Amino acid sequence: MITHYGYIDGSGEYYIVVDSDKCSGCRKCVIACPEKALELVTEFIDLEDKTVAAIAEEHRKKIRYTCTGCKPETQQTPCISACPSSAISIVWNPR
Amino acid sequence: MADLTKEEFWRWREYHRVMPKKWSKADIITAGVDVGSVGSKAAIMVNGEAYAWGITRTGSNSPESAKKALDYALQDTGLTVGDLKYIVGTGYGRVNVPMANKAITEIACHAKGANYIWGPRVRTVLDVGGQDIKAIKIDETGRVVSFLMNDKCAAGTGRGMEVFADLLQIPIEDIGDISLKVEKEPDPVSCTCVAFAKTEAMGLLRKGWSKEKVLAAYTRAMAVRMANLINRVGYEPELVVTGGQSKNIGIVSRIEVILGVKTLPMPRWREDGLDPMVAGALGAALLGKALYEKAQKA
Repeated sequence: MITHYGYIDGSGEYYIVVDSDKCSGCRKCVIACPEKALELVTEFIDLEDKTVAAIAEEHRKKIRYTCTGCKPETQQTPCISACPSSAISIVWNPR
Repeated sequence: MADLTKEEFWRWREYHRVMPKKWSKADIITAGVDVGSVGSKAAIMVNGEAYAWGITRTGSNSPESAKKALDYALQDTGLTVGDLKYIVGTGYGRVNVPMANKAITEIACHAKGANYIWGPRVRTVLDVGGQDIKAIKIDETGRVVSFLMNDKCAAGTGRGMEVFADLLQIPIEDIGDISLKVEKEPDPVSCTCVAFAKTEAMGLLRKGWSKEKVLAAYTRAMAVRMANLINRVGYEPELVVTGGQSKNIGIVSRIEVILGVKTLPMPRWREDGLDPMVAGALGAALLGKALYEKAQKA
């Protein structure tokens, strides 16, 4: 399951995208994130509970503030670099 | 005393329904309780077939709202909570469903519920709830492939429509039809924020806009937002709308125009069909059945 966390507004669209089918729940992204925006959650997939990375509940509705320092042009996206299974990506289409 | 209820235009109708069906103690009877931000829905399934449901308004207390919705669904069925083999809680208040065996996110439940109501050809589900909008892409089994939720605020959701119903003094059930009574579609309002909606609408009304035109402009803006979400998650035919706003023809028809597609026809919920507002609760009850069977095998 691919989950998009982010927003569309006048500045463009910005999403942190987590693919829970690829995620192994290794916690590396959680540790790497300078804003502590990620956490491990229990996701219900195919009748099983799986531990996967997700944007923490309290940050889900404020990605525009929390993740603003890590837009792709900064070349610093610690969560993506930390992930060994390429489960995290970013969509950033400035308007 | 004056009848105040007549003036509460936002107040949508709570109701419950029992399908003409028999059950026995040997059946696998499961329930899904979907506590939303505005409405609480509960559905009862017998062997994975919809049997009864109830829709109530969510109060300030989630556990109580959950209980109220479930009791409402059980009404006239002869069933008691004790007869239910498995109960799944879902929705915004899912962790506060005291009688639930398990809590599952509303995303998984709406996906499953849409698959149940419309069948395996559904690929895109737009759930427009009381406080948020979710675009969900699913496969033919009702499994979630990809999902996106609007990030903040209640802009363009059911609660916003309640505010408008009250302001324009139009019963909430008629809002969709009335928003379509414009000769020419006006430009969408720039701000769909619920907190500012009243201010903006008042401004337009004072400029001489008709109620219909104001509603059309607001509904249009909501539909644009929803179409954006669908495009991001990747539109795939067929599309359905679930949640309370699925009943708003003004929203649904505008999404169709913007995306240039046709949604699958809504079930005839007023007569004898399934209500797309209970999609989440139905999905929860179905997942409950699967979990119960899995536990029996283990």
